[in-house]
Amino acid sequence: MARCDATVIRFDNVTKTYAKQPRPALQDVSLEVEKGEFVFLVGSSGSGKSTFLRLVLKEERPSTGNIFVAGKDLGRLSNWKVPALRRQMGTVFQDFRLLPNKTVRENVAFALEVIGKPTSTIRKVVPEVLDLVGLAGKEDRMPGELSGGEQQRVAIARAFVNRPMILIADEPTGNLDPQNSVGIMKLLDRINRTGTTIIMATHDQAIVDQMRKRVIELEQGHLVRDQSRGVYGYQH
Amino acid sequence: MRAQFVLKEIGIGLRRNLTMTIAVVVSVALSLTLFGAALLVSKQADSMKDYWYDRVEVSIFLCNKTDPKKDGCVNGEVSNADREAISADLKKMPEVDQVFFENKQDAFAHFKEQNKDSPLGDSLTPDQLPESFRVKLKDPTKFDVISSAFAGRAGVQSVQDQKKLLKPFFDLLTSARMAAYGIMFFMLLVAILLIINTARVSAFSRRRETGIMRLVGASNFYIQGPFILESAVAGLVGALVATGLLSAGYYFGIKRGLADSIQLLKSQLIGFDAVISVLPWLFLLGIGMSAIASFFTLRKYLKV
Ligand SMILES: Nc1ncnc2c1ncn2[C@@H]1O[C@H](COP(=O)(O)OP(=O)(O)OP(=O)(O)O)[C@@H](O)[C@H]1O
Ligand SMILES: [Mg+2]
Repeated sequence: MARCDATVIRFDNVTKTYAKQPRPALQDVSLEVEKGEFVFLVGSSGSGKSTFLRLVLKEERPSTGNIFVAGKDLGRLSNWKVPALRRQMGTVFQDFRLLPNKTVRENVAFALEVIGKPTSTIRKVVPEVLDLVGLAGKEDRMPGELSGGEQQRVAIARAFVNRPMILIADEPTGNLDPQNSVGIMKLLDRINRTGTTIIMATHDQAIVDQMRKRVIELEQGHLVRDQSRGVYGYQH
Repeated sequence: MRAQFVLKEIGIGLRRNLTMTIAVVVSVALSLTLFGAALLVSKQADSMKDYWYDRVEVSIFLCNKTDPKKDGCVNGEVSNADREAISADLKKMPEVDQVFFENKQDAFAHFKEQNKDSPLGDSLTPDQLPESFRVKLKDPTKFDVISSAFAGRAGVQSVQDQKKLLKPFFDLLTSARMAAYGIMFFMLLVAILLIINTARVSAFSRRRETGIMRLVGASNFYIQGPFILESAVAGLVGALVATGLLSAGYYFGIKRGLADSIQLLKSQLIGFDAVISVLPWLFLLGIGMSAIASFFTLRKYLKV
């Protein structure tokens, strides 16, 4: 039972074939992710990393197999319960996905406003999280007035402000230079240390090799490697 | 926070699509005005029917000496026995409310009264006019019962329903109402298509926001709410405009136009309370239609 509680994501023989696609984007993948883990998802372009993350978010449903997230069977989760599931997950993407006409503070607050959090809570937690990601003093800037690294910090602040159980990052350093990437990874590591499970899809070899976390490699939809404290490529 | 947030979003949304919003408001207003007008016409018709049907009666004219000798009048002038039989039968019928007998003198007096100013009655004598039973029915539409029971019977020259004289007028009102409903149907169609399109454009122009809302776990209520309320507000404004148009139409068309110029009609015309009584329907239809149309549009565009 304790083991069950500790598992935050479980894939049981999951296959995902998109409509009108000859070959599955993900084929017969089974794995478990424990609470508090930091997992890198690697593989060449088109290997199914984003598909994996979208399945966890229930943005897509598997063709066959079962997915459990935070103890819930996603196949049995009715549509109106999906928002509650997503509140337990934060998401960060390569393209930041900020609202260009809102300030940094408003962008982060937006995530709380739309899930109906009271103003008093928002006033309290937004500065806290902006401080955590290192953006104190830049609350009133527009996203266009920030560097890529800073924009990604806003996105991380927004993903983390509701203290999610899982943080899902799809190539969060994909648009950043190495120096900014390192900064973002330090931040994600700090967030991971608070007990948040992180799954990050990436192409960034240097980062994976340096962090020495669990590495899951996909190749044409197949899970070909699952290694704790792994590196980006095979260790021969 | 919630209300404030939602209101802010609605304001932004409506202003962003100002031209489309105006199109929606105008088409909703026009269709609701037609809807209201149709309801008012049928209220007006009812009011006039009440007035007139209370006053109309069925007349059974009895045979006179001068009538051609055929049908009920083959035996010439109505006999006392026939007259009494008819009277007795009439009083027995459950549909009949009241029966008055009009003899030749009464008929003559009536005729004189109605044709005071014309020379028509000058050469007339009471003898030339038929006797008749004037029958008031409990239900004025049950004319056929009387007609089938008495037409062609011995001593009966003809059965006449005064209501028939009013029929063309009421038919006209019915056609006017149907025409209003017909045009309303097409206006409503235009309004709904515009609402759907506006909701779609609105959802598209805010897809960034809604995408983020979905990802952070906003409920459907939060994601769709502003769009639906946006439509509902447009529907509400449309209903307000329709209220104005309908009130103006009532004032200039009925009150100023008919009531003041034709005194006779005054008591039969609907009052402003009739206009007020149709307003809830306008608002219900205006707001409900807009909200439902955008709800179904958005369901497709803003799936979780
Ligand atoms: N919505 C979709 N409809 C159809 N096919 C899709 C869809 N999304 C992805 N695919 C296909 O599924 C396969 C896996 O795509 P996916 O986006 O998961 O790869 P990825 O590992 O994230 O690649 P990258 O590193 O380039 O982001 C690809 O062949 C892709 O063409
Ligand atoms: Mg991808």
